[in-house]
Amino acid sequence: MSDAPQTFVLDGEAVEFSPGQSILQAALAGGSYIPSLCYHPEFKPHGSCKVCTVKVNGRAAASCTTPARAGDVVELQSEELQDLRKNLVQFLFTEGNHFCPSCEQSGDCQLQAVGYELGVVSGHYNPLFPTRNVDASHPDVLLDLNRCILCELCVRASSIVDKKDVFALSGRGITKHLVVNAESGRLADTALQLSDKAMSVCPVGAILRKRHGFATPIGQRTFDKQPVSALAIQKAQAKTTDEGTR
Amino acid sequence: MHSADPDLAAAVAAILTHHRHDATRLVQILREVMQQRGYLPPATLTQIASALHLSRAHVEGVAGFYAFFSCHSQGRFRVLFSDNITDQMCGSHELQRRMLDAFRIELGEVSRDGLVSVGRTSCTGLCDQGPALLVNGRAIARLTPARIGALSALIRGGQPVTEWPENLFTIDSHIRRRDRLLSTPLLPGEGIRAAISRGRDATLAEIKRSDLRGRGGAGFATATKWDACQKAPGPTRFVVCNADEGEPGTFKDRELLTHHAQQVIEGMSVAAFVIGAQRGLIYLRGEYPFLIEPLEAVLAARRAQGLLGRAVAGAPDFDFDIELHVGAGAYVCGEESALLESLEGKRGIPRNRPPYPVTHGYQGKPTVVNNVETLLAAAHIAKQGGAWFRSVGTSKSAGTKILSISGDVAHPGTYEFPFGVSMRHILEEAGARDVQAVQVGGPSGVLLASHELERKLAFEDVPSAGAFMVFDRSRDILSVVDNFTRFFAHESCGFCTPCRVGTTLNQQIMGRVVSGHGSRRDVKDLIRVSRLLKTASHCGLGTTASNPITDALAKFRPSFDRRLASMDVLPAFDLDEALAPAREVTARDDAAAHFSEPETTS
Ligand SMILES: Cc1cc2nc3c(=O)[nH]c(=O)nc-3n(C[C@H](O)[C@H](O)[C@H](O)COP(=O)(O)O)c2cc1C
Ligand code: SF4
Ligand code: SF4
Ligand code: FES
Repeated sequence: MSDAPQTFVLDGEAVEFSPGQSILQAALAGGSYIPSLCYHPEFKPHGSCKVCTVKVNGRAAASCTTPARAGDVVELQSEELQDLRKNLVQFLFTEGNHFCPSCEQSGDCQLQAVGYELGVVSGHYNPLFPTRNVDASHPDVLLDLNRCILCELCVRASSIVDKKDVFALSGRGITKHLVVNAESGRLADTALQLSDKAMSVCPVGAILRKRHGFATPIGQRTFDKQPVSALAIQKAQAKTTDEGTR
Repeated sequence: MHSADPDLAAAVAAILTHHRHDATRLVQILREVMQQRGYLPPATLTQIASALHLSRAHVEGVAGFYAFFSCHSQGRFRVLFSDNITDQMCGSHELQRRMLDAFRIELGEVSRDGLVSVGRTSCTGLCDQGPALLVNGRAIARLTPARIGALSALIRGGQPVTEWPENLFTIDSHIRRRDRLLSTPLLPGEGIRAAISRGRDATLAEIKRSDLRGRGGAGFATATKWDACQKAPGPTRFVVCNADEGEPGTFKDRELLTHHAQQVIEGMSVAAFVIGAQRGLIYLRGEYPFLIEPLEAVLAARRAQGLLGRAVAGAPDFDFDIELHVGAGAYVCGEESALLESLEGKRGIPRNRPPYPVTHGYQGKPTVVNNVETLLAAAHIAKQGGAWFRSVGTSKSAGTKILSISGDVAHPGTYEFPFGVSMRHILEEAGARDVQAVQVGGPSGVLLASHELERKLAFEDVPSAGAFMVFDRSRDILSVVDNFTRFFAHESCGFCTPCRVGTTLNQQIMGRVVSGHGSRRDVKDLIRVSRLLKTASHCGLGTTASNPITDALAKFRPSFDRRLASMDVLPAFDLDEALAPAREVTARDDAAAHFSEPETTS
């Protein structure tokens, strides 16, 4: 095999990739942002939120689970796809209870940030206003499922990194919901600790540290400083450099 | 633990031991435990989790996924009415009302004395003899007001369902047309012996020559699938028979497993021989518990005849046996990768692909998943040769197709037709009159209008996984669409955003429209949601979930418009424009697909 880097075409521009990279990873590393919610660079891609949908040779596919292939033609920014992503974010706002102005995660929330990035100004559909649990039993952690977008990152982190299986999903369809590993159903009766990986992966404000909510004032938070796109690219490129020097 | 119910704890322990504390049997274990108290109490989930070395949250996750499991107490008699449109058309909602009134409860409620609860479940596969229901998991068909009265009395009497008169549970058989597959005899062992004497490669060549394509929906070439699995690396392989048959309006696999189980199992054995599998699994839908004993009996008989087990049919290095798994109420588990997850004892969530089951299937090993009818055909082809099968059908659709015909026809039942037959011909044989529409392939298939009846049954024209539901001119198409929309919302696995939310939004909006409260904006939203479902969903459930809506909007538009409450309130909205995406997804641009056309229908 030749050493020349392999490329695919993203909206008309060549993007280099290394074998095993997904379209999403290669795009970010190359400086092109693809919106995502259930993707986390430290975990195997999940492919459930579908916000990262692109068209590969004309067929829609989640870019986080689709391996990059030499010569593929990938469409990202078309009006149709922007509209599709916007609609998916509206779906997520519609199915949960998201009151951004009063949410302590506001400004640090990836759902909100991706919404801004995509120009989502309303939920569009009639909100479903589901009844969801808030669990304040744990001394250090508040679990507010009103904001959960079911990305399963906490489930994955708790199982793979923390080896505790504190979380799982139960139910199905629109009644799918997060459950915790306790017969009482209370977070206090699980093995969750502040130092767990599961505490730092939630893209929204569903798993919160108690007494930390307004430690950083609004206006100086993650996505107040830079848009989610810039941050995602920065992280991906830092990771690539890391790997390059290792 | 369990101080409250030591008998239950002991019964659960016995069930766990019977299943060898094997976590892949979790769905089977939960099914049996459900029969103890009618639900899964919190302490029981804890007990099962610790016995299987699983997290409790995981067990709760699995228990919460399947419709037939419940983590909350249900009535001692749990009645679930089949909610297919065909049940609804024969009066199931009125019968439900009757039973609810008899016990003074509402749908989904448990009576105050804990005696009974009444709910609904997706199609139970008895559409040729509906309306139907399940009581504590047992199927009862041909419901009438008198039958409902008798059932209510039995429930009041409190006798366990196992002691009810057996004739209540009779399932009728209506195989009304037999062609090649259903009229050609095949004695136990004939297919596999023919395969063994022909040899592995030559048998695969016959399957290839037959041009057999999968009967489960996708129409994938069977020989290609078997070949890929056979070539996948590793010593262990599996054959899985997909008998989940969850598509509303489909019941042909029930008939095949009732009358031709030998031949279906013969087909699994042929597949196992060709790909080199040691184990087979049958995934039987939970709605068909009456097939469990007969299937176990067929498996036992074949073991006794040397047709399963060690050295099958005398072939020294061919060991193969089959295990039966029973589902628990989840349509998505018919999707092959969700089915494999369920077989492994997990929530039935479709996997990310690639890799495909032929290389990474059951427990990560190369696996062939085939529909019941595909396997039946393969057994016959092994004996008769590929040309025998290829000689009927069309150029792209070889052989015959077995249909489940129900709805407004004089003779509902199972029919085998050669591919290429016209819709009109099928309808005539089944005794349909005054046809308004036909849903071919079930809710995920295609809704045909009466001007399309010259179209042909074929992969290249109108494909069908087996369902064929007929609606005459007295039927309200919007109620049909509403019923299907409810089905998809109930059956979405919830994994991906478009389907989890989209199927529920479709259900809500259709509910508004059908009740006369819809607006043009609702129609616009239906189109918007449908488009998203079709493009962005993770599996076939989501990508097809909006078919009934898009088909009905394209072909029965006046039915919608007549029902909209605020037709004139929003004059700025251009309905024809809004239909553009519907035209696009249905690949139509004819006059009938446009709004501005004057309508001939009143
Ligand atoms: C939501 C969904 C449900 C399905 N249900 C069934 C089913 O009940 N039975 C079946 O044989 N195939 C079903 N399929 C198709 C299977 O995924 C798979 O294609 C089939 O079992 C392969 O067998 P075949 O090649 O013999 O058709 C379903 C697919 C989807 C997306
Ligand atoms: S709690 Fe947060 S991390 Fe866990 S599934 Fe919900 S949104 Fe994802
Ligand atoms: S399309 Fe529906 S059924 Fe399929 S994975 Fe997504 S939510 Fe589940
Ligand atoms: S980021 Fe790809 S599906 Fe969620």
